[in-house]
Amino acid sequence: MEHHFILRVISKMLIPPIMLYALYVQFHGDFGPGGGFQAGVIFAVAFILYAIVFGVETLTLVCPPAVLRAGMALGVLLYAGTGVYSLLRGYNYLDYAALAEPGHAEHGQHLGILLVEGGVGLTVASAMIAIFVAFASRSPDIKDTDW
Amino acid sequence: MFSLIEPHLPILQVIVPLIAAPLCALFGNRHLAWVIAFTAASISFGIACLLLASVLDGSIISYEIGGWAPPWGIEYRVDAANAFLLLIVSLIGAIVLPYARRSIEKEFDRSTHTYFYVCYLLCLTGLLGVAITGDAFNVFVFLEISSLSTYALVAFGADRDKRALTAAYNYLIMGTIGATFFVIGLGLLYMMTGTLNMVDLSERLAALGDNRAVHVGYVFILVGLGLKLAMFPLHLWLPNAYTYAPSAITAFLAATATKVAVYVLLRFIFSIFGFEFSFETLTLEYVVMPLAIIAMFAASIAAVFQEDIKRLLAYSSIAQIGYILLGVTLLNHTGLTAGIIHLFNHAVTKGALFLAVGCFVYQIGSSRLSDLKGMGRLMPWTSAAIVIGGLSLIGVPLTVGFISKWYLISASLEAGSLFIAGLIVMSSLIAVVYVWRMVETLYLEPAPAGRQKGEAPLSMLIPTWTLIAACLYFGVNSELTSSAASQAAHAFLPPQQIVSGGAGQ
Repeated sequence: MEHHFILRVISKMLIPPIMLYALYVQFHGDFGPGGGFQAGVIFAVAFILYAIVFGVETLTLVCPPAVLRAGMALGVLLYAGTGVYSLLRGYNYLDYAALAEPGHAEHGQHLGILLVEGGVGLTVASAMIAIFVAFASRSPDIKDTDW
Repeated sequence: MFSLIEPHLPILQVIVPLIAAPLCALFGNRHLAWVIAFTAASISFGIACLLLASVLDGSIISYEIGGWAPPWGIEYRVDAANAFLLLIVSLIGAIVLPYARRSIEKEFDRSTHTYFYVCYLLCLTGLLGVAITGDAFNVFVFLEISSLSTYALVAFGADRDKRALTAAYNYLIMGTIGATFFVIGLGLLYMMTGTLNMVDLSERLAALGDNRAVHVGYVFILVGLGLKLAMFPLHLWLPNAYTYAPSAITAFLAATATKVAVYVLLRFIFSIFGFEFSFETLTLEYVVMPLAIIAMFAASIAAVFQEDIKRLLAYSSIAQIGYILLGVTLLNHTGLTAGIIHLFNHAVTKGALFLAVGCFVYQIGSSRLSDLKGMGRLMPWTSAAIVIGGLSLIGVPLTVGFISKWYLISASLEAGSLFIAGLIVMSSLIAVVYVWRMVETLYLEPAPAGRQKGEAPLSMLIPTWTLIAACLYFGVNSELTSSAASQAAHAFLPPQQIVSGGAGQ
């Protein structure tokens, strides 16, 4: 019998809804309260909960530090890239009108904010997990038993 | 082709380093990261030159982010004042990078070099963003981008000396308090006016008249920025941060970070609150000016007693910020010109000096004066750079320091204060003492036995001497800097006609 049986079962039940809720906040961000930052934090919470209950080593198997770093960088690139796409189309930086289909001006705004918030969400989630891993995987300089 | 890019130069100024940063992180290789960083910094410098050239005639470039017209959208606004600052920041940013490549190899572990370049680029992005934006809240965002990456950059010094960690932490706490005060002040202004665009803000504040909430907002902003720019007595984070940061970063920060904060202060004092704001004039005259004068003396005297050359120069930086603020608080056109020209001159001088100290650190692994005895004969080029930089700190003719002191003294005479002019001369005499301490250690003391003669690599000496050459060139031919500074001083006074940039709406 493993330790913390109830904790393990409950957290396994909780993690999928947390992720789903994060995605809800992410995609609902353009209609109501929410957006990439909040969604990124909630999404990271699912991973952090997993690491607290099952150990940081198991978490780093799921998302190795290299993936987290790439996630942080790619999020920023997605955001900045959306702006650069507008520039290349001859609009001002981050002018979502560049993304519009002919005849549907509002689609550009919708798609633009979706891409930008996606970048924010990716960076925030990766950064939150990376910060947690950085702190949690530190071996203490002084052992607890030395006090 | 160029005509297509030209309207977008203001935004490219910021996003070139911004995009280069995640690219560095993605590719991961430190050599490639350096190439990307250097390319981005050089492009930024080129853009800054083009921007300055197009606004020197007094025109203003306005760029609307996302195509949203100000005051609703974020506006980037380039006038002579911030174009000059963009030039300073991007110039130092481009010069320090070739130097950093060899310098950081000796100072910390190679596996982290890629992240060093990422932080460096983000810091550069933040500083350029603060300088170029015309939106008060955007200033805060970019200030935080640059500050957060600065804290990390200072902490990179921990491989050489663990105290870098406490220095970085201390800086983080102080810097965050400063940023919080700044944003509280902004909040109060937003509450009173309902706008964040700087031009709109200044018009609405003028219409609002004297108001206690505006006074409180102004004081919060003054104190917050005072922390960021190391205004005496809010400078306590600075000596440790400069001493323990990697040498390249010390040079970069000393030449740019505090200067950008000074610029933001000027922008708020002159463009947003306006010169006629009587409460502001009073605080400048009775609070900031005495503090600036105390900084000139207290920090210079503290510099005399330092054992570490980096710490000595750090205290000297606090004193130099005193000179800049003194120029500004004289509240006349010459004084403002003196403050702005000293921004550039001090950036060049202190940048060169810290780069030269970094050459010593590269060769002998220490910047303590006791370890530098007799280095004048062993590292002649580096030591000569220290001497010329030191002369510029004192304000000897033929160096940029002289130009600054000249403008400062004429400004104080113009303000009718012989007393202040005397104080400037007296504090310069203290600078003679600490510069002489460096010269004496380098040239007049015998070198420890067995130490080999050997210079730092050329990739470090050339950036150092480029800045020293600039220090001498602009000391002899101050045409460009003084006209840019004078134009910048004009830009802080009434608004001029606006040249619309960006794609057509």
